[in-house]
Amino acid sequence: MRWWERDPWLELAQVLLRNPFRTLLSSLGVGWGLFMILITVGASNGLEEGVKADMGNRVKNSAFLWGESTSLPYKGYARGRGIELTTMDVAFLEENATTLEAVAPRNQLGGWRGGNNVTHGLKTAACGVYGDMPVYKDIDPIVIMEGRYINERDLEDRRKVAVIGKRARQLLFDREEQVLGSHIQIQGVTFTVVGVYRSQQTGEDAEESENSIFTPYTTFNHAFHMGDRVGWLSLLIREEVPGDTAVAEVLRLLKAQKSVHPDDPRGFGHWSMAEMHEEMTTVFSAFRWVSFVFGGLALLAGVIGIMNIMLITIKERTRELGVRRALGATPANIVVQIMVETLTLTVLAGLVGGILGVATLEALDTFLVASEENGIFRNPHVTLDVLLTALGTMTVLGAFAGVLPALRALRVEPVEALRT
Amino acid sequence: MIDLLGITKTYTTGAQSMQVLKGVDLVVETGELVAIMGSSGSGKSTLLNILGLLDGYDEGMYRLGGKNMAKLTERRAAELRREMLGFVFQSFNLIGFKSAAENVALPLYYQKVPRKDRLRRSHELLERVGLLEWADHLPSQMSGGQKQRVAIARALAAQPRVILADEPTGALDSATSKEVMALLKELNGDAMTMVVVTHEAEIAAECQRTIRLRDGLVESAADV
Repeated sequence: MRWWERDPWLELAQVLLRNPFRTLLSSLGVGWGLFMILITVGASNGLEEGVKADMGNRVKNSAFLWGESTSLPYKGYARGRGIELTTMDVAFLEENATTLEAVAPRNQLGGWRGGNNVTHGLKTAACGVYGDMPVYKDIDPIVIMEGRYINERDLEDRRKVAVIGKRARQLLFDREEQVLGSHIQIQGVTFTVVGVYRSQQTGEDAEESENSIFTPYTTFNHAFHMGDRVGWLSLLIREEVPGDTAVAEVLRLLKAQKSVHPDDPRGFGHWSMAEMHEEMTTVFSAFRWVSFVFGGLALLAGVIGIMNIMLITIKERTRELGVRRALGATPANIVVQIMVETLTLTVLAGLVGGILGVATLEALDTFLVASEENGIFRNPHVTLDVLLTALGTMTVLGAFAGVLPALRALRVEPVEALRT
Repeated sequence: MIDLLGITKTYTTGAQSMQVLKGVDLVVETGELVAIMGSSGSGKSTLLNILGLLDGYDEGMYRLGGKNMAKLTERRAAELRREMLGFVFQSFNLIGFKSAAENVALPLYYQKVPRKDRLRRSHELLERVGLLEWADHLPSQMSGGQKQRVAIARALAAQPRVILADEPTGALDSATSKEVMALLKELNGDAMTMVVVTHEAEIAAECQRTIRLRDGLVESAADV
C-alpha cells in the first residue's frame, strides 16, 4: 500500500463505515483497555504524589538519628547499655562526617512526642516544645508567617525566645491579639514570641507540626536542665550522596565514638526521609506495573475482540475478496488491506480511549485543584512515556491481531467470485 | 487469442479423485464471441476458471494472447488477470458498499491508476453502458439489468483482451437478458474477444460459435 495516497484510506473508510455500529462495538474493547491503563496508571501516580506530598515537603535528603540501648557487649560494656547523644557528638560529626551538609541536635520537652502545658495569660495549650538549631529550618521547611525564625544570636545569648506554630497561636492568643513580643510560659519559664509559622505538610502531620513551639537549642537545654544531652540528631545529607550511604557513615562514626559494637544492629535508631522515599517509590513503581499489566490484559482482550470481528468479516466478505482477486488484486494487496484495516481499527479505538483517558485524568485534576482538597490523592497524570508505551503496545498487538484475519483472507480463492 | 490443447483437471477430495476435464482442445480467435454450453457437471465452470486464471490445470497447454500460462504464481496470475481479462459474473458481484463508479474503477485501483483518471474512465464507461446518471448510486439501488451493465463496464475498465462471462444473464429476466446480450454483442463489434458460459440455448444462439462440453470433453465446436 502506498500510504501517502488518499485511495487506500478512502477504501479503508468505506469498509469501516459500512457497518459503523459494529465497528464501534468491536473497537470498544481496545479503547476501554487503553482507557483503563491510563486511568489506573494515572491514579497510582496521583496516589504517589499525594502520599509523597503528605510526607511533607520535608527535604528528601534528611535523616533522624537517636540513641537506643545496645544489644551486643563491647569493649567491656555489657549489652543493654543506653546510648545517649551529647553536643560533643554533634561537634564530632560536624568535624568527621563527609556525607553531611549539616547536623542539628534537637530536644523535645518530655521526650519524643511529649506534650507540655504552655500558657499565655489565662489560656493553656498542650504543645510540643523543641530546642532547635537555626539549620533545622532547612531540614523540615516551615513557612514563617510573622516575625522570624531562631537565629545564631539567640543561640549564643541563650535568648528566651520562641517561634510558635499557627495552631499554637490559635490556642494561646485571641484572634486580634498582638503575638510578636508577647510572653508565653513553658513549664514556668517565660519566653518571648518572635515568630509564627505554618507547616508545609498536609493533614495530621501539619496539625501536629503547627502545634509546636521552637526555642533556641542552648536556651532549651539550659532552661530545662538538659545539660549537654541531645534528644536526637537531624541530619541534612549532601545532595549527591544516597541516603543510606550517609546514614551508614554516621552510624560507623558514632559506633566508634560511643564504643558500640560495629555489628550491633541496635544502639542507634534512625529514620531517613530518603529511605522512606525510596521505599515509596518502589511500592508505587510496582503499583504502576501492576496497573500496566492488568490494563495490558484488558487491551489484549480488546485486541482479540477486534481480531474476532475481523475474522467474521472475512467470512462475510469472501465474495468481495474473491471478486477483488478476480479483478487483479494480488495476494499481497489483500494481506496489506486486511492488516491495515485491523491496525487502523485498533489504533483509532486506542487513540479514542487514550484521549478519553487523558481527558478524564485532566478533568479529575482540575476538579481536585478547584476543590482545594489536599488529600492523599493529587495531580493524577500519566507521563508521556507511559502514554507512548501504551500506544506502542497497542499497535504491536493490533499488528498481531491482523495476521490471522489476513491469512484467512489469503485463503479465499479468486474462484469464490464465480460461485453462485 | 485463446489456445487450449489437451487440458486436464482432476479434483481430489480425500481418497476420491474426479477428473473434471479430460483433455479439452479449444481455440478462440481474436474478436470472436463464443458460447460455451454444457449441462451441470460437464466441466464448464472448471474450464472458465482455468481460462480466467482463477484455477490451475494439470496437463496440457494454455496460451493466452500467445503467452504460455503454465505454472503461474498467484501474483503473476493476478497481474495477468488485471491486464488481460475482464469478468462478468452471473450474480454481478458488485461490491455493495461502493457506488457504481467506484465499482467500475476498482480494477484500475489495482493497476495503480491515479484516482482522477480512474473516475474519469469509469464515468466514460458508465456513459457507454447508458448508466452515467447512476454513477453515484449503490448497487442495492439498481435493478438486475443495471447491475449487470455496471459489471460489464467494470469488466471493460482495464481494457482487457478477453471478456469472460459466466452466465451473464442467469439472474435476469428475458427482456433484460436481451439488453445485456445486445450490449455484449455491441462490445464484441469493437473487436473484443468474448467467451460466454451459458446453459441457455437462446443466449448461445446470439453468439457466433457454440462450444459444447460434455463429461469433460469438447463435444462439438460448431459454427452457428
